[in-house]
Amino acid sequence: MKPAPFDYYRPSTLEETLQLLTEFEEEAKIIAGGQSFIPILNMRLSEPGVLVDINQLSDLEYITVEDGYLKIGALTRQRTLELSSLVQQHVPLLSEALPFIGHLQTRNRGTVGGSLVHADPSAEIPLALSVLNAEVVLRSTEEIRTVEIGDFFLTYLTANILPHELLTEIRIPSANILPGYAFVEFSRRHGDFAIVAVASQLAADQDGRIHSGRLALGGIDAVPVVADDAINILIGRQPTDELINQALELALEDADPDDDLHASREYRLQLARVLAKRALLTAYERALKRR
Amino acid sequence: MDKVLRDEKMVVRVSINGTVVEDTVEPRKLLSDFLRENCGLTGTHVGCEHGVCGACTVRVNGKAIRSCLMFAVQADGSEIVTVEGLAAEGRMHPLQQAFSECHALQCGFCTPGILMSSVELLEQAHVPDRHEIIEMLSGHLCRCTGYKGIVDAIEKVVGDKSQ
Ligand SMILES: Cc1cc2nc3c(=O)[nH]c(=O)nc-3n(C[C@@H](O)[C@H](O)[C@H](O)COP(=O)(O)OP(=O)(O)OC[C@H]3O[C@@H](n4cnc5c(N)ncnc54)[C@H](O)[C@@H]3O)c2cc1C
Ligand code: FES
Ligand code: FES
Repeated sequence: MKPAPFDYYRPSTLEETLQLLTEFEEEAKIIAGGQSFIPILNMRLSEPGVLVDINQLSDLEYITVEDGYLKIGALTRQRTLELSSLVQQHVPLLSEALPFIGHLQTRNRGTVGGSLVHADPSAEIPLALSVLNAEVVLRSTEEIRTVEIGDFFLTYLTANILPHELLTEIRIPSANILPGYAFVEFSRRHGDFAIVAVASQLAADQDGRIHSGRLALGGIDAVPVVADDAINILIGRQPTDELINQALELALEDADPDDDLHASREYRLQLARVLAKRALLTAYERALKRR
Repeated sequence: MDKVLRDEKMVVRVSINGTVVEDTVEPRKLLSDFLRENCGLTGTHVGCEHGVCGACTVRVNGKAIRSCLMFAVQADGSEIVTVEGLAAEGRMHPLQQAFSECHALQCGFCTPGILMSSVELLEQAHVPDRHEIIEMLSGHLCRCTGYKGIVDAIEKVVGDKSQ
């Protein structure tokens, strides 16, 4: 038997779940899709005393558009999101990002909420939601907390969520969705974690001048890097090679990628430049078509 | 709410390849080990045990998933199909036939998992192209064939189906 023994709880309602989390605090770990957490258990890198399995909470599997938001239940499977026509129609950026996550077989089970709480610095969902400036809803027996995505990722594999809290919903404000978008990434093989991934959104006016935009880079720091300063250079202008290069120097000024098994620091930075340029140009082309 | 303490066992009732199976297991027992050890279905292979190789892929409620990344207790009440469930009445599934004809296997370690993912692909509404087949295969490691035979075999069955 691979994982160490644990007490297993399978609540069937949100209330029961929150009660359990309050009762056990640090002792308990939530299991959603299990695609990140079960490998950790199998290798005994973690030996929690209590496992709270939230897979019965089917109320947390939904995708809806209401009150000016696209709302995604935390337990929505990544594969469901990938195939959702609602998502394709409203947030094509997300549809473009999803096929990069692992493999069809892991997306069939992996959830949107699990990916966020796992907070891998090169994960696709955290990056896409960063460029969309989404919000996450955290619930406990005491309160409901809404956190902007920019405040959610603290460092490597660490999110701004307390042991007694459950992530229940992700909200993308419709107003944050821009017409031009692109999600690009480079990994050793399809389905591997990204070495670098970039997400971008742009809107352009009648004369092709950029009037708003966002750029987020993954794999170059402990959390997704949102480069607002870089975008500010492009605002009010038509993007030229020179202008983009200038913007990207600024975007990468503070980036602090690690050397690791997969890539050196320099390689990651160079890759970030190349991919960010590609993402900006693709987003710009699409913005022009959808003016 | 279900609750099982660490040294207790829980009843798991599943349908495997059309037959209802009931047994009691510790909550930490992986579905892959349940299939092999409790059910004697050793066609489901176990390679890496952390989700990377795809050898342990089975279908749970129609979806291809890693059985090493799911606990047996989580499968309670579901319908499971393993590679043993593919052949019907002693006749190989068209995919198995095609794998044999296209030399899509050598040692056969990866084959059961690949077959189970491929069946899901075949059941989609649209006919998958070569690119989609390759993308599905990215979830499986084969150390023997170089993949060409595998892609050919799946493409052959997809082609036959679409005619
Ligand atoms: C072979 C392989 C390749 C992969 N490649 C990629 C990749 O390229 N990109 C990528 O982004 N991911 C990748 N992953 C990981 C991805 O598949 C996981 O689905 C995801 O990281 C975690 O989601 P999960 O639902 O499986 O969560 P789990 O593994 O169940 O949980 C992950 C963590 O989140 C916590 N948690 C889960 N849900 C909640 C909630 N609602 N509230 C509070 N806490 C919660 C858990 O306690 C745990 O700490 C890969 C996995 C495998 C096995
Ligand atoms: S044994 Fe399950 S993926 Fe390798
Ligand atoms: S046939 Fe040997 S691993 Fe695939």
